[in-house]
Amino acid sequence: MDEQAHDHPSEFQYIKVAVFLAIVTALEVAVVYIGALERLLIPILGIMMVVKFFAVAGYFMHLKFDSKVFRRFFLLGIVLAIAIFGVVLWTFTVADRLTGVAS
Amino acid sequence: MHDATVTETGSHGGQDAHATYTGLDNVKLAMWAFLGSECLFFGALISAHLLYRNQTMGGPTRHDVYDIPYTSVSSFVLLMSSLTMVLALAAIQRGDQRRLRIWLMATALLGASFIGGQFFEFTEFVHAGLTIQTSPFGSSFFVLTGFHGAHVTIGILMLLSMYTLSKLGKLPSSDARKIEMVGLYWHFVDIVWIVIFTVVYLFP
Repeated sequence: MDEQAHDHPSEFQYIKVAVFLAIVTALEVAVVYIGALERLLIPILGIMMVVKFFAVAGYFMHLKFDSKVFRRFFLLGIVLAIAIFGVVLWTFTVADRLTGVAS
Repeated sequence: MHDATVTETGSHGGQDAHATYTGLDNVKLAMWAFLGSECLFFGALISAHLLYRNQTMGGPTRHDVYDIPYTSVSSFVLLMSSLTMVLALAAIQRGDQRRLRIWLMATALLGASFIGGQFFEFTEFVHAGLTIQTSPFGSSFFVLTGFHGAHVTIGILMLLSMYTLSKLGKLPSSDARKIEMVGLYWHFVDIVWIVIFTVVYLFP
C-alpha cells in the first residue's frame, strides 16, 4: 500500500522552484525572438513547457512526494487529453483526406 | 480496517483524515480525479484551437493581435501566484494564521491582476477586430482563454472564502486540508496556463 505522503519541500525550496520557473519562462520568450532557432522552436518550447508543467505539479502540487495513486489519476487525465488531441487531429486531417471531404 | 469513523493523523500538519481502505484521503483522491477530468476538458479546447488557429476568414491573425511581452508578464504573475499559494499552505501547517492570510490575499491579488490583464487583452483584440464571432480562430481562442479565466475567477473566490474563514477564526490548522484542496485547484489553473501560453501564444 502506498504511504499517504512523504516530507514536503521547505519554503526555501519552493522559492528556488519559483525562481527556476521564472527563468524558464524568460528563456521561452527569448527563444521566440531568436531567428536561428526557428526550425527547432516547437521542440524547444515543448520541452520547456513540459519541464515547467512537471515542476509545478511535482513540487507545488506535491505529486513528487505524495502517493503514487494521485499521480496515476492525474497522469490518466493527461494521457486521455493527449489521446483526444490525437483523435481530433486524425479525424480532421487524415480521415478527411481519406474520405475526400474538402477541408 | 472496516471502521471508517476512526480518524488518523494526516500528512499535513496534524489534520485528521478518516481512515479508508486505500489508506488515502478520499477528498484528496476525489480532487485529483476532478483535476484529471479537467485535463480532458482543457485538452479538448486546446485541440480545437490548434485545429482552427489558422482559419481567420479574412479577420485578424494571431500575428496581428498577440502581444507576447505583455502576455509573458501575465504568465509570470500567475506563476508567482502558485508560489504564494504554496507558502499559504506551509503557513497554515505551521499554525501561522497571520502569514496564511497574507499569502492567501497575495495569491488572490495576483490572480486578480492576471484576470485584469486578460480583460485588457480581450478588449484590445476586440478593438483590433477579433471577436468570438469573427472566425474559427477567434471562437476557439476566446472560448479556451475565457474558460481558463473563469477557472481563475472561481479560484479567487475560493481564496477569498478561505481568507474570510481564517479572519473569523474558523480555519484552524487542523483544517489545513481545505487550503491544500484550494491550492491544488489553483496550481492546476497555473499549469493549464503554462500549456496555453506555450501552445497558443508562443508556438509558431
